[in-house]
Amino acid sequence: MLSTARSSLQRNAANLSAASARNSSWWSGVEMGPPDAILGVTEAFKRDSNPKKMNLGVGAYRDDNGQPFVLPSVRKAETLIMDRALNKEYAPIGGEGDFCKESAKLAFGSDSEVVRDGRNVTIQGISGTGSLRVGGAYLQKWFPGSKVVYLPKPSWGNHTPIMKHSGLEVGAYRYYDAATCGLDFAGAMEDIGNIPEGSIIMLHACAHNPTGVDPTPEQWKEMSAVIKAKKLLPFFDMAYQGFASGDVDRDAFAVRQFLADGHNILLSQSYSKNMGLYGERTGAFTVVCADKEEAARVESQIKIIVRPLYSNPPRHGARIVTEILANPEIHAEWLVDVKTMADRIITMRDKLQAGLAREGSSRNWQHITDQIGMFCFTGMTPDQVAKITKEFSVYLTKDGRISVAGISSSNVDYLAHAMHAVTK
Amino acid sequence: QPYVLPSVVQAEQNVIQKKLNKEYAPIGGEGDFCKEAAKLAFGADSSVIADSRYVTVQGISGTGSLRIGAELISKHWPLNKTIYLPKPSWGNHTPIFKFAGFNVGAYTYYDPSTCGLNFAGAMEDIKNIPEGSVILLHACAHNPTGVDPIPEQWKEMSALIKQKNLLPYFDMAYQGFASGDVDKDAFALRYFISEGHNVLLAQSFAKNMGLYGERVGAFTVVCADKDEAARVESQIKILIRPMYSNPPRHGARVATEVMTNPELRAQWMKDVKFMADRIISMRTQLRDGLAKNGSSRDWKHITDQIGMFAFTGMTPAQVEQITKDYSVYLTKDGRISIAGITSGNVGHLAEAMHAVTK
Repeated sequence: MLSTARSSLQRNAANLSAASARNSSWWSGVEMGPPDAILGVTEAFKRDSNPKKMNLGVGAYRDDNGQPFVLPSVRKAETLIMDRALNKEYAPIGGEGDFCKESAKLAFGSDSEVVRDGRNVTIQGISGTGSLRVGGAYLQKWFPGSKVVYLPKPSWGNHTPIMKHSGLEVGAYRYYDAATCGLDFAGAMEDIGNIPEGSIIMLHACAHNPTGVDPTPEQWKEMSAVIKAKKLLPFFDMAYQGFASGDVDRDAFAVRQFLADGHNILLSQSYSKNMGLYGERTGAFTVVCADKEEAARVESQIKIIVRPLYSNPPRHGARIVTEILANPEIHAEWLVDVKTMADRIITMRDKLQAGLAREGSSRNWQHITDQIGMFCFTGMTPDQVAKITKEFSVYLTKDGRISVAGISSSNVDYLAHAMHAVTK
Repeated sequence: QPYVLPSVVQAEQNVIQKKLNKEYAPIGGEGDFCKEAAKLAFGADSSVIADSRYVTVQGISGTGSLRIGAELISKHWPLNKTIYLPKPSWGNHTPIFKFAGFNVGAYTYYDPSTCGLNFAGAMEDIKNIPEGSVILLHACAHNPTGVDPIPEQWKEMSALIKQKNLLPYFDMAYQGFASGDVDKDAFALRYFISEGHNVLLAQSFAKNMGLYGERVGAFTVVCADKDEAARVESQIKILIRPMYSNPPRHGARVATEVMTNPELRAQWMKDVKFMADRIISMRTQLRDGLAKNGSSRDWKHITDQIGMFAFTGMTPAQVEQITKDYSVYLTKDGRISIAGITSGNVGHLAEAMHAVTK
């Protein structure tokens, strides 16, 4: 004990004198961090001068001209808000009450018993990431069970750092089947069955990121039963409600099924994609509780976590969301806008699959239209990815994932041609 | 009433009219915003900026910016992982650093017997801070006391902090809002830079641009050189990504418009001086009002102190009485928000304060 203390002191003394010697270089020991994988794709894309180049790494919706898209309903809501000349006072720590209420209604259904009974704590979070992070911090402090979050294999790259930085351990359950480019349901059920009781399981509510592979309703029901039997806490990440199928209720099926089955879930919502509010950082974090009284206690603890993180959430995006959800006319317009985006994605999937058939590909590309949402796991190998980038200037991540949002009717045939060329 | 600055109103209209998209900002925020924030803090002609030996990222107002710094030092500070806060400090400072896994200590600061700075006590405590620790300094308009060191005192503190090899972490939430002059309010920060300290800095635009709920702020690390800044920046991004990925755009766009549009920037300087002058005027009127009411106590500190808050010196019992008898609401440490005083109610407040303290 003494010798450890002594050597620790010696180390500190050495550090101190070294640091004193180079007083201006306290950060000499800081290494250059690894570059962001996805950003790297965009950087390389920018450097390419090929006029036919395609950026399929971007995780943001593009219109049929390849341009960023601000939803008409969002512009309309924003104009209304600006006209009101509201002040810029701090929002409450958990965000505006209206925003939180509308978010819960959107997720759980306006006739939801959970909402009616006040059993949910819903706070505004900084989009999906921030909502997940508050959830992680809350679990680390208050979860009485096993502080391990089980993620599907693969999951969104940021899930692991979010949970780890929150102080949780991370495990995994099988999910994607590379052989079929679909769901390894048997493998998932087996792994979930082996998760230690009282752990936390993360579930992508719809439009799994990065694979685009979702369970069917029947599969969700089976998963719900096993998760209940194993006493696991479900933490849903819903970043694409409405954006996946075009129907907000349909995309919330899994979340609502689990509630009906009696799970008291955690939920992270993002408005980045379904309202195109990306940079405004608008999302919500919910804990479904046993009753209203428990919800009040949980809320008080969540606020204690939020306060030293960022005090209170940004108003602008949340005001837009509230206007859209609470204003019947704009709400209806929004549902049309979100269906438009989802339909365009689905159309591009159809065209890509058809294009590959036209090119004479003998491979099974069924998964392109089976998968759903922004992303598609094409099944291309790292070598094929390198080749398609080098020879055709098509940029994507080396796991073979493409952002379908990056495809337009003017370049889908080119993509089909390129994909066939490297996979035949 | 809540106040949206004319320059900010116009800037926001300009931003909306540009019909910009809502794509993600970069992890560290827009380059323009970060550059302008740094220029505002250090001065456009600062050698730090000329040499590009800094990294500035957009943070979620002051709190978020402080938290990024807390996470950075928790992970990467090579020496003593304790930050020393003035006594008292803003209530949220302690949880911010503790939640980030950093230890928190304190140094004497406020002198309740004078309602001013206990400079000797501060210097004594700072002398005893272990070498290689981090020290938090309120750049101007200390929260909650309103008590700031004078320039000569800042100079002495700078020398001692240098000698003790401490890392200065400045919290600047009131630049411009304190004296009405953005350069004057940045004196301490800029002096430390000129003395060779490589500081950390958290900036907030909540008060000086009235952008409160839009959550606009910035976190800066001053480095040895451009290369170090690049390495530090890469590590900061790795911390931000699992916190909230990238910062909110709207407020930052408005702030950038204010800072880069010459007409709006000039208007903003006037707006911020207007706010600061109103605060200063209320302080003067309150002090005069107390004298007029016949108070024999020394209320000089009301006009000596600066910024949003004043530590009145009222005891918890007096605070309770003023609330009960006069419906004047304040925190039990005797702190009042001067911003809550108007020419319409300052007379009542003076009367009430005199009544409970005579």
